[in-house]
Amino acid sequence: MTTTQTADLNRLATPPTFQSVSTARKIKNGVATALVYLAFLIAVVPLVWVLYTVIQRGFPVILDIDWWQKSLSGLLSRQQGGGVYHAIYGTLVQGLVCGLISVPIGLFVAVYLVEYGGRSKLAKATTFMVDILTGVPSIVAALFIYSLWITTFGFGRSGFAVSLALVLLMVPVIVRTTEEMLKIVPDELREASYALGVPKWKTIVKIVIPTALSGILTGVMLALARVMGETAPVLVLAAYAPFINYNLFDGPMASLPLLMTAERNNPTQAGFERIWGAAITLVLIITLFNLLATVISRWLAPKTK
Amino acid sequence: MAKRIDVKDLNLFYGKFHAVDGVSLAVPPRSVTAFIGPSGCGKSTVLRSLNRMHEVAPGARVEGKVLLDGEDIYASSIDPVQVRRTIGMVFQRPNPFPTMSIRDNVVAGLKLAGVKNKKKLDEVAERSLRGANLWNEVKDRLDRPGGGLSGGQQQRLCIARAIAVQPDVLLMDEPCSALDPISTLAIEDLITELKKEYTIVIVTHNMQQAARVSDQTAFFNLLGVGQPGRLIEVDDTEKIFSNPSQKATEDYISGRFG
Repeated sequence: MTTTQTADLNRLATPPTFQSVSTARKIKNGVATALVYLAFLIAVVPLVWVLYTVIQRGFPVILDIDWWQKSLSGLLSRQQGGGVYHAIYGTLVQGLVCGLISVPIGLFVAVYLVEYGGRSKLAKATTFMVDILTGVPSIVAALFIYSLWITTFGFGRSGFAVSLALVLLMVPVIVRTTEEMLKIVPDELREASYALGVPKWKTIVKIVIPTALSGILTGVMLALARVMGETAPVLVLAAYAPFINYNLFDGPMASLPLLMTAERNNPTQAGFERIWGAAITLVLIITLFNLLATVISRWLAPKTK
Repeated sequence: MAKRIDVKDLNLFYGKFHAVDGVSLAVPPRSVTAFIGPSGCGKSTVLRSLNRMHEVAPGARVEGKVLLDGEDIYASSIDPVQVRRTIGMVFQRPNPFPTMSIRDNVVAGLKLAGVKNKKKLDEVAERSLRGANLWNEVKDRLDRPGGGLSGGQQQRLCIARAIAVQPDVLLMDEPCSALDPISTLAIEDLITELKKEYTIVIVTHNMQQAARVSDQTAFFNLLGVGQPGRLIEVDDTEKIFSNPSQKATEDYISGRFG
């Protein structure tokens, strides 16, 4: 047996099964690799550039403790100093109030769509409307709230009007992400709960939502981060104020995007610094929300260890 | 507390599809009844109709009667939630709640029903885990997530969860099909233990398993694709496996099916 095998191996009666990679394939591989890296560079270079510009121009500005504690009240446009506390306050409060309204609405709509709607006409119509709302530009949402809240109902321009417009932008995003998260909760868990004699509503509240919670909260945080940078609603629905206004329902109220557009009319060094300082502040706030989303989702995610 | 089940002329539908036709059988208390038959013959559907889980699927419909100690669980005045509390179920794939610890998984049924007394919950957790032969393996890590256990342990955790609410009947839908032979043996031993206290109905594709654990066996079959499944015969397990009265049963059991 051994001898015949050795003889066969030496003779090579059939051509070898495996050959080295052909030149044509090597070239194709090289071209494809080059293209992939090129696309990667084209995508990354502008991102890094933007980040670099924002940090380089804005970072020195935000190092001053006054930046975080003071408003621009009483300062002439060419005077340096002051801070954007009023705009940070506006951005956060408008965003959080928007979140407080949007999250319950979005959550209930998603629960209806996944757990109760099934293939009913209402569920289909809701999904369709949510799809359309997702694509509505922020300026359209802003103008809609203007015509409804201000022209029709007669309220003044205020931070709350901004929050309402942001709600229109945030609800569809929350419905979408929550719907996806609820859908990936396996039906077996719902059945396991029913089989223990747990009613459907309690199964949803105590089993389904907790299982999907980390994903839902990540979605909420990302949606919040997004709407806080929206510019059109603040331009249309709130007048800019260089001073602190704690009242969300009345009077002009600053926010970071609004402050940046207001300072664009200021050609001095002070205006330049404020724009870039506000830009990096906004980026920092949004980064903080994203980080928070990651931490919360890690903390809440179902564990196996 | 174990109760008997009488199924009378049960017809089951998914939308317009007639899934199971005219099943009648009796399940005596403190015994194991096995449902066997080819895939798609409706044995799981019948099992799920015994605790009103069938109707959870959209469009599912039930005709006929299922009596638990003489009480029709499909009577219009009966709350399906209470039926499921009385008739527990273990599923094909282990499905512990991923957000809960081992202890919380076991007492989930009680906790969600509003029991808050920690001492009582701890007692129930220990009793149920001992009942499911899992206590010794997990007693030092009750606060760890249930998802970290092995497949066989997870399935015993699910059995512990099902018996923690002290049902009268335990339904098992192919409880060992995702498990290795050693875990399967553990579950089968457990079933033999549990039948002292519970009425058990088990669906299985493993005929040796049916022969090993059950007292009574029901053979389901379907005549063709698109046809409803039927109960061919039900009898003592010994008789079904040695001398069945129907030829189809004999063919299926001896592997000459189809």
